[in-house]
Amino acid sequence: MSEEIKLMKGNEAIAHAAIRCGCDGYFGYPITPQSEIMETLMDEQPWKTTGMVVLQAESEVAAINMVYGGAGCGKKVMTSSSSPGVSLKQEGISYIAGAELPCLIVNVMRGGPGLGTIQPSQADYFQAVKGGGHGDYKVIVLAPASVQEMADFTALSFDLAFKYSNPAMILADGVIGQMMEKVVLPPFVDRLTKSEIEKQSPWATYGKPASRKPNVITSLELESKDMEQRNLKFQAKYREIEENEVRYEELACEDAEYLLVAFGSSARVCQKAVELAREQGIKLGLIRPITLWPFPTKLIQSYASSSKVKGFLAVEMNAGQMIEDVRLAVNGKVSVEYFGRLGGIVPTPDEVVEALKAKFL
Amino acid sequence: MTTKDIIKPENLVYTKSRILNDTPMHYCPGCSHGVVHKLIAEVVEEMDIQEDVIGVAPVGCAVFAYNYLDFDFQEAAHGRAPAVATGIKRLMPEKYVFTYQGDGDLAAIGTAETIHACNRGENIVIIFINNGIYGMTGGQMAPTTLEGMKTATCPYGRDTAINGYPLNITDLLVKLEGTRYVTRQSVHNSASVRKAKNAIRKGFENSKEGKGTSVIEIVSTCNSGWKMTPDQSNKWMVENMFPAYPIGDLKDI
Amino acid sequence: MGKIKGAVVVNTERCKGCELCIVACPSKVLALSKQVNAKGYNFAYMANEDACVGCSACGYVCPDACISVYKVKVE
Repeated sequence: MSEEIKLMKGNEAIAHAAIRCGCDGYFGYPITPQSEIMETLMDEQPWKTTGMVVLQAESEVAAINMVYGGAGCGKKVMTSSSSPGVSLKQEGISYIAGAELPCLIVNVMRGGPGLGTIQPSQADYFQAVKGGGHGDYKVIVLAPASVQEMADFTALSFDLAFKYSNPAMILADGVIGQMMEKVVLPPFVDRLTKSEIEKQSPWATYGKPASRKPNVITSLELESKDMEQRNLKFQAKYREIEENEVRYEELACEDAEYLLVAFGSSARVCQKAVELAREQGIKLGLIRPITLWPFPTKLIQSYASSSKVKGFLAVEMNAGQMIEDVRLAVNGKVSVEYFGRLGGIVPTPDEVVEALKAKFL
Repeated sequence: MTTKDIIKPENLVYTKSRILNDTPMHYCPGCSHGVVHKLIAEVVEEMDIQEDVIGVAPVGCAVFAYNYLDFDFQEAAHGRAPAVATGIKRLMPEKYVFTYQGDGDLAAIGTAETIHACNRGENIVIIFINNGIYGMTGGQMAPTTLEGMKTATCPYGRDTAINGYPLNITDLLVKLEGTRYVTRQSVHNSASVRKAKNAIRKGFENSKEGKGTSVIEIVSTCNSGWKMTPDQSNKWMVENMFPAYPIGDLKDI
Repeated sequence: MGKIKGAVVVNTERCKGCELCIVACPSKVLALSKQVNAKGYNFAYMANEDACVGCSACGYVCPDACISVYKVKVE
């Protein structure tokens, strides 16, 4: 079959990709700028075709707990929201991480804090990559920079979530969610059958056959020594994810004297900034972390240790959050500076180049 | 005929259900939770649905319900059991899904989840233990605490001017189109235990038919929280709780 | 006419001595033992064996499911 190229919004691409990758259920609550995800699903009525359940919950809190219930049954389930709604989901995400359940959470970020603005932002970086809710846990975080990646990362997130029995998040922003681009949707994959689920997720609550003990989905351990063991197991898993699942893209880094580090929409802006800078004779490159956790720490370390690179500029649509992870990786070897815009403003390539010159040249 | 002659397998008329495992329950002596757990076990055994039932445990004293009942269970965050049950039931509609919730869980922190699950008519069973107090956290005021009733957070008695009124949430749930069967029962004597068991069975049977939510409130005691003996608690419940939360079917369609 | 005779067996290790079975028994069969189980609870026992009619009221109300009831018809 030849490739089917379509034009659609990033939010719509996630909805179509979810249906196509065999997602069993979506539970959500409307919030700008991501409501097209649920709207598209409701319009597509996948319950009539693939059998996928789509339900508008009474709140983000309820939606994430419906995800908990579905994920606990070994089903491929997801939710989506934007910043204030994702804050509400944090309780549930902590429980999901604590119970080691696989699921997908999409955050199409808007400006905060509080009710903030509906314009795009990247200010939930800390919340996404440092855990977000209570307790020591990590969520696998993927940052798409195109509509195509919105589609591709939907299936990838589920794969990673199930591989590690851990929640995965697509951390996009209002630009990626709302803009229209061409996209090749993934092929249709059948939803898992009952026996496939039992094989893939033997821990799930799909009903206790006589042959096994009851399965229990819980994050509770009253005995502190048991709770410590559970935490150590989580940490071992997180180290494994950090070892195996780092994803990034490099642009013009080979001869670069200065490196931009940016994800999502900011990385698109930085792509143009690299072009502009090179026209002016500045040897500029771009590192785009695709996984924000695990962060491409080793890659940045290696550039920081090379004799060529004189400095890093973290470009973010927030007050400087990812820069902390860049600084941890660089560990004082060279200078790390920040440039960003706040409150829903997307920086321009010219602003990035000017900031680079002001900080380093 | 001696007692020894009577105690023979063929003469057995009542014993613990095999669905209730041998782990001793952590509840205080005389706690109503144990009776209700036992009834759920008996219903699941009699309906032969052990392989098809998924329970959702609350936060509160019954948080460890899954340690005693021998079938698959999920432990929900405080108040979120109806949302968790919704996720399970929507994705596994062929299963029997029930929540087990206390008054704080169902009628305070989880009010929204309770009302909306009932309003959507989720085909689940909600078993609601109403003892008018927070047992697990040490006897604080519940939404259902009676006016004048003393708890750790209303030590001089619930004052409606400060704390508002006892919330009769079951009466509210009756009015929702999505509920099919709403009943209030108790387990303080053998007759009431039998009735409560029938109500639980009816709830499970209803959920198979897909005609809406079944809510079974069990007006219960918390003798530790109430600072009484189990027997005194039962008598106090009959005198004080029953007038506020009258026993009987509220809706059955 | 046949007479009904009953007997109960208490799982003494599960019993917490809450006394609800004692209150529930219409024939005043049960009492708390002076002995205690491993957890220190005085457990229920048949203090008046002859009076038991196997009605199971004790079993129904027992919160810890520690009572088994047996019943026979004596001709």
